[in-house]
Amino acid sequence: MTASVEYRSVQKISGPLIFVEGVSDVGFNEMVEVRDAEGGLRRGRVLEINRGVAAVEVFEGTTGLSTTSTSVRFLGKPLTIPLSTEMLGRVFNGLGEPIDGGPAPFTEEYRDVNGLPMNPYSRDYPTQFIQTGISAIDGMDTLVRGQKLPIFSGSGLPHNLLATQIARQATIVGEEVSFAVVFVAMGIKHDEAAFFKRSFEESGALKNSAIFLNLADDPPVERLVTPRSALTLAEYLAFEQDMHVLVILTDMTNYAEALREISAAREEVPSRKGYPGYMYSDFASIYERAGRIKGRKGSITQMPVLTMPNDDITHPIPDLTGYITEGQIVLDRDLHRRGIYPPINILPSLSRLMKDGIGKGKTREDHGPVASQLYSAYARAQELRSLSAIIGEEGLTEKDRAYLRFGDSFERKFLSQGIDENRSLETTLALAWEQLSLLPETELTRIPDRFVKMYYKRT
Amino acid sequence: MTKIGRITKISGPVVQAEGVAGLEMHELTMVGNEELIGEVVRVEGDLATIQVYEDTAGLKLGEPVKGSGMPLAVELGPGLLESIFDGIQRPLTVIRDATGDFVKRGVKATALPRDKKWHFVPLKKIGDYASPGSIIGKVQETPLLEHRILVPPNREGKIEFIFEEGEYKIEDCIAKLSRDGEIYELKMYHKWPVRKPRPYIERLEPSEPVITGQRIIDMFFPVAKGGAVSIPGGFGTGKTITSHQLAAWSDCEVIVYIGCGERGNEMTEVLINFPEWKDPRSGRPLMERTVLIANTSNMPVAAREASIYTGVTIAEYFRDMGYNVGVMADSTSRWAEALREISGRLEEMPAEEGYPSYLASRLGEFYERAGRVKSLSGLYGSVTLVGAVSPPGGDFSEPVTVHTKRFVRAFWALDSALASMRHYPAINWLTSYSEYTDYVEKWWNERTNGKWKELRLKALDILKKEDDLKEVIRLVGIESLPETEKLIMETARLLREGFLQQNAYDPVDTYSSPEKQFKLLSAILQFHEMALRAISKGVPVAKISSLPSVTDLAKVRMSIPNEKAEEIDRFLERIQNDIKRLTGEGV
Repeated sequence: MTASVEYRSVQKISGPLIFVEGVSDVGFNEMVEVRDAEGGLRRGRVLEINRGVAAVEVFEGTTGLSTTSTSVRFLGKPLTIPLSTEMLGRVFNGLGEPIDGGPAPFTEEYRDVNGLPMNPYSRDYPTQFIQTGISAIDGMDTLVRGQKLPIFSGSGLPHNLLATQIARQATIVGEEVSFAVVFVAMGIKHDEAAFFKRSFEESGALKNSAIFLNLADDPPVERLVTPRSALTLAEYLAFEQDMHVLVILTDMTNYAEALREISAAREEVPSRKGYPGYMYSDFASIYERAGRIKGRKGSITQMPVLTMPNDDITHPIPDLTGYITEGQIVLDRDLHRRGIYPPINILPSLSRLMKDGIGKGKTREDHGPVASQLYSAYARAQELRSLSAIIGEEGLTEKDRAYLRFGDSFERKFLSQGIDENRSLETTLALAWEQLSLLPETELTRIPDRFVKMYYKRT
Repeated sequence: MTKIGRITKISGPVVQAEGVAGLEMHELTMVGNEELIGEVVRVEGDLATIQVYEDTAGLKLGEPVKGSGMPLAVELGPGLLESIFDGIQRPLTVIRDATGDFVKRGVKATALPRDKKWHFVPLKKIGDYASPGSIIGKVQETPLLEHRILVPPNREGKIEFIFEEGEYKIEDCIAKLSRDGEIYELKMYHKWPVRKPRPYIERLEPSEPVITGQRIIDMFFPVAKGGAVSIPGGFGTGKTITSHQLAAWSDCEVIVYIGCGERGNEMTEVLINFPEWKDPRSGRPLMERTVLIANTSNMPVAAREASIYTGVTIAEYFRDMGYNVGVMADSTSRWAEALREISGRLEEMPAEEGYPSYLASRLGEFYERAGRVKSLSGLYGSVTLVGAVSPPGGDFSEPVTVHTKRFVRAFWALDSALASMRHYPAINWLTSYSEYTDYVEKWWNERTNGKWKELRLKALDILKKEDDLKEVIRLVGIESLPETEKLIMETARLLREGFLQQNAYDPVDTYSSPEKQFKLLSAILQFHEMALRAISKGVPVAKISSLPSVTDLAKVRMSIPNEKAEEIDRFLERIQNDIKRLTGEGV
């Protein structure tokens, strides 16, 4: 593969793309080496071949390339990255090369970063409860092993804080297993990346973590490869090394912007808001790499973070994500403004796999009904809040006022917690019952009577 | 026919080849050295454009392209049930055996098992004439379903030879037909092109409802056997759960469930649940009547486009045996997006939001494959299509939702406001509709003393009034309403919580028999009448609604199982006595 032809026939350069003429024996999606006038080496990938012309996206960007002094070699293989368990504790760029000053880790094998779709027939259904120590998540939007549960946030909201708290605290109660975190930064700022690194170091989690960094000033094409490199490592750790891997991807919005940028450079027909029509499939090729496989011990749990442009949940990025992921944790600016951390708005939040990860033998038998009751009571409280803003509290019945008290207390005592506060599920459920006990007993229509008898505290 | 062309262009799943003059539109082709499966989507001179159903990474210019002389077709015969196929009918079990837990490309797999023996019982004898599409024998494919062996719709002839009852493989020639001196060897299966609707004798008007066991659907927005329905909803509104519920509980003899561009774990969920869940009518595992087609969102996009046709063709085949078949396609938006992606790669002129201008006609063709027919075999069968739609941002004015509405006659609008209140199924009763109510009215009236229509209109009326009153309450508070209007709010609440909400995970509530549905609805409406009388005697609504029996009415859906539906009558008596006590008429 080293003996391949060197082409000096770059015909056109457009954004991150170069078009090479007169090529033969070139494969779709294969790796390319691009040498600039100074002899510097860049990498790229074949996006399209039409007759003798190959469109190549250059990971390091096209600045400094010219049609006359650039030479191109096609490597005849897809983009692969070297893999080994020694990658834990290290920091890499989007192509899996170490950038922490240390030597390249020992390589056990190379794999294509694009991965392969998991056969639905081979999948094992996720059912094991992961305790995050955060009441709003454990109690109401439970995370299970093998799930993909994103955080929908907005600019300026504490999603990074929450993501690191989850990475620090996530455990399976009563089980000692090998656990690893793969952290993927896409287009985030240097100081944010420093925050993540520091928080992993301080908590001692770094030795079990691999960090892939593509920062805001790194080339956008490499941003498209970064999550794929990281997930290739995650698959290796989970399905070859029997580890339970939590993958945090932040920020998917920057990833999508890079996707749009490349698509525009290719002059593709755009769909909504200029994003390419295949953004759904592209997202799926990342998110669907979470899961479990029958007969294998490890698992991949994904927690993508995205900032909703202008806090708009119907924007294509959160929208297409929500259609693929198994629920979403939505952060709310109003709660944040009122000083509530984590500012999780439970009403639009959802965990689709919760039902199979909770209940008798898994968490506690009353968990499901309690969560359901909290939802409906909080929804009612919110409704009454806006009503009382118009007609005043006097216009409300005594029962309605109980709901208002419930709503306030729920936010202050159940939702709110410290950034280092790691609550057990028992604590979370006790707090939940404490809030529910502010309502008249007859209002608990979603909870079977025997649980009400057991846990409801009459005042 | 074995002309070999060369690849000249590769763009994602779309490949162009030259030197292939004579390739037909929609012809199945083998692309590249690995012989990836593709389908011709455009022909210009000796240039052909092909959509490839497998990953094209590594494919090179100049690699060969071969036509097969056949359109993309499915195999129809015993072995369909209990299977899970990919978008072009390759069994995922076979793919796993070939390439492991991850799907690799280039797998050659026949759809139906070749080595399995089936117990064939002939229903015709030598000398009989076998007309196109007629039944010549049967195989008990699963305990739930007798698979009728059909003569292909394009074959006929005098039976020169037919096997006796016994164990045969599907490749065995079980009968020979002669016509005009030609002999046709009949096997237990035949192939049929997916893009060509299977013929029938005549189409009939729908007359019977599909009983789904889901109260809001059966009572308020029913679908008839042979009908077409759309379930649009933003993410998290429960499209998939609703589709799963329909696949599980509908009273169809066969279910084809198409997971089109959706989550891998959802298919796994069906694979785990359906062998365990029991059909409420026969007590047999639901899997025994189910065919699954899975093209998850990370599987090749062109196969997503094909998966819908693969599914509906299999459904038509069972229809032709005289069965009622339900097809759930989740989600048709992913199919439309696949169409858009391919169209973009073909550099076609886009219409709305990048979708090709032929989106509407493709949707129309698809939904027109639903219907109740007299099949070529002379038996009556139906295909009911239920298509989930995933509108971006939950906006129902987007092209897929809008065009779909033109071709379906029932519309179950999922509402994110209801979903965030955890009101499931989140079908909005004000914006949903069904044009099938008139067709199924007779069926229901025969079973409800003619009261079905009256009851559902009355309930819908109360719900509509609740919506109007909500506006008033928002301005002045509920306390300023007259008692009769407060009662409307109370009855509407009971309708919502005690009837419309249905818990898919509650073993009792997940399926409601028609009898229980009817009794429950009439109980709530009779409560309304009783309470109205009590109000006229000066009893305040607050007193009525806080009666324990009234509070419990909202839980009857979970506490009284289908087999004991008559207990609802006794429950109503309890309420009646309690209310009489309030008015002073009680004992």
